[in-house]
Amino acid sequence: MADETPMLDELEKGPWPSYVTEIKRMAKKNAAAKDLLGIQEQSYKDRVTHWKHGGIVGVTGYGAGVIGRYCDSPDKFPAVSAFHTVRVNNPAGWFYTTKSLRTICDIWEKYGSGMTNFHGSTGDIILLGTTTENLQPCFDSLSEAGFDLGGSGSALRTPSGCVGPARCEWSNIDTLGLIHDLTMEFQDEIHRPRWPYKFKIKASGCPNDCVAAIARADFTIIGTWRDALRIDQSAVREYVKGGFDVEELVVRRCPTEALAWDAKAMELKLSAEDCVRCMHCINAMPKAVRPGLEKGATILVGGKAPIIKGAYLSWVIVPFMKLDPPYDELKDMLRKMWDWWDEHGRTRERLAELIERLGFKTFLREMGLKPVPQMVKYPRSNPYVFFDK
Amino acid sequence: MGRTDIGPPDFHDMLPDVIKKNYGQWKYHEIPRTGVLKHVGESGDIVYTVRAGSPRLVSIDFIRDICDIADKYCDGHLRFTSRYNIEFLTPHEKNVDPIIADLKKLGIPVGGTSPGISNIVHTQGWIHCHSAATDASGLVKAIMDDVYEHFVEAKLPNHVRIAVGCCINMCGAVHCSDIAVVGVHTKPPRPDHDKVVAQCEIPTTIQSCPTGAIRRHPDQAVKSVVVREDLCMYCGNCFTVCPAMPLADAQGDGIAIYVGGKVPNARKAPMFSRMVVPFLPNRPPRWPEVVQTVRKIVDIYAANAKPYERLGEWIERIGWEAFFKRTEIPFTEQHIDDFSHAVETYRTTTQFKW
Repeated sequence: MADETPMLDELEKGPWPSYVTEIKRMAKKNAAAKDLLGIQEQSYKDRVTHWKHGGIVGVTGYGAGVIGRYCDSPDKFPAVSAFHTVRVNNPAGWFYTTKSLRTICDIWEKYGSGMTNFHGSTGDIILLGTTTENLQPCFDSLSEAGFDLGGSGSALRTPSGCVGPARCEWSNIDTLGLIHDLTMEFQDEIHRPRWPYKFKIKASGCPNDCVAAIARADFTIIGTWRDALRIDQSAVREYVKGGFDVEELVVRRCPTEALAWDAKAMELKLSAEDCVRCMHCINAMPKAVRPGLEKGATILVGGKAPIIKGAYLSWVIVPFMKLDPPYDELKDMLRKMWDWWDEHGRTRERLAELIERLGFKTFLREMGLKPVPQMVKYPRSNPYVFFDK
Repeated sequence: MGRTDIGPPDFHDMLPDVIKKNYGQWKYHEIPRTGVLKHVGESGDIVYTVRAGSPRLVSIDFIRDICDIADKYCDGHLRFTSRYNIEFLTPHEKNVDPIIADLKKLGIPVGGTSPGISNIVHTQGWIHCHSAATDASGLVKAIMDDVYEHFVEAKLPNHVRIAVGCCINMCGAVHCSDIAVVGVHTKPPRPDHDKVVAQCEIPTTIQSCPTGAIRRHPDQAVKSVVVREDLCMYCGNCFTVCPAMPLADAQGDGIAIYVGGKVPNARKAPMFSRMVVPFLPNRPPRWPEVVQTVRKIVDIYAANAKPYERLGEWIERIGWEAFFKRTEIPFTEQHIDDFSHAVETYRTTTQFKW
């Protein structure tokens, strides 16, 4: 327990809303929040964390969804001696009714520290800190209210998607419908870790990739289109009349010189076969340029942060796939991938690292995918080639 | 006992009416002012979005406060973005100013639309993580206080996406951010021989090391491991599988800064962030060296990049040597990669600047 927090108090100053103020709000009525403040101040003084490794805690029937956490100084901070996190699977697109949010707040007021993350970096609602005894009743109440836990450990992590068609004109796939469908289909994979390591699925509706699917997901779904982007020439002219320099800001920034500005006709000309659907012209002139109409997704695999062989961006494995419910092709592909990874992966080896170790060719054969040039930046430069005997 | 595997609530039940009605039928959008979006549907329907910042680590009373605003103006609906911003959606333009006014009363800023600096994607840090080399929430607060003007005003060449990862596990898109602030350890793990035997599988611990730095203890009687310090680059993977290998250290832990990453495919393909500062000391509560470095990079980018150019695109155009010269950040041997894909980063042309 600590009543004075001079270092943290510094973080109540300044224009950005303060998390310290938030902890203090709860500390007035919750002993765990008060000790959280104390242990945070202690870390600020000592410049090291005071949290220990997890430990096996959870709720009946699940191996995931709870992150066990104990502090290293329970004598000093008894109310956070056990301070476990509950990950609650968010609704797709992070839309809520206030009724559902208030219900979560009430449950967490009763069973936890009252501190939360809206949201964790994977997208779950994070209920930050409770005791071992409170985990099961907390889960029971959440379940009663229609909520369930998200993924953790060597499991499928809570899939996430961008706002998509709910409020974006650029979405080429139903990211919310897709993410909800996959989440419901793979409940077992989310709640019962059994793989070599974690596996993440993320879906963005367009190549702007607002959920960083290409960087952060082992399985990356990015909406795209096959036909030509749509240009409304009268809307282009409106931009030009308004002083927008279409030549400099759009035509010259096109990475493949697929656009030209015909100043005489006042028309933006597109060479459709040269367009790589990067989104720049659409981003710059949202009223005038739109994605095409033959919509689907590019499927990529392997994205991850550095642990352990280094960071990877996802690699294209299917340049274009139509995506409509019930998404059987996509689900079959995921199951096949997981079987192969589970069979061959070492402990803590992510999919990309396994593909690098055993070869992209092996992976493609296992998946039944034919090689196409869209899968590579360039073909190989070395002469060390395998041929079937 | 609670029912298992019911999954999250169906998002359809969470959508405001105007969203339900125009789902998949939006035509275009405008940004009438920073922090406010106006989406127009094929039907002619309009939805205004007020985007507000959040410290992410919030109390249930904060959530109740924002629910009050949503009840008052948004028919009891709200959403969050992938960068933890709160969004209030309403079909009524007349609600926009009152929402902003109510947020202001709560001290919650409105902004985060392009081209500026939105909320910082970040991790737990000292607030809840066992492997953290620094705090996350405090660093975010210190940086956002300093770059606040770019949240509430969109005046940069393009977005500058900032992320904070409290260790090199980099939970969050830290490795592909315009500016990534990463907690780093710089001291090897210290095996606690009494605990290793009780808490760890020795073969798993040895295998966890990507550089082969962990060996069996030379004394057969000691059921533990030793670390070859010359091979250790402090990744902490062994600590994750073996709690008896702590590497946190008050002096050794600090902050590295990486820049130039991006996720969108717009113009150039997605890029990784690259190291520009290998180590700055942990100086809570406000990490002044880190904040100043972030600020300097943002300022120089803002003054020099072309419209739409992301930080990484600008650096690629001018060259990394020019970036280090302009920012006066010293280039050291730590900047030269020696890990798994290092050779791809060495210069193979005579084209460079002085």
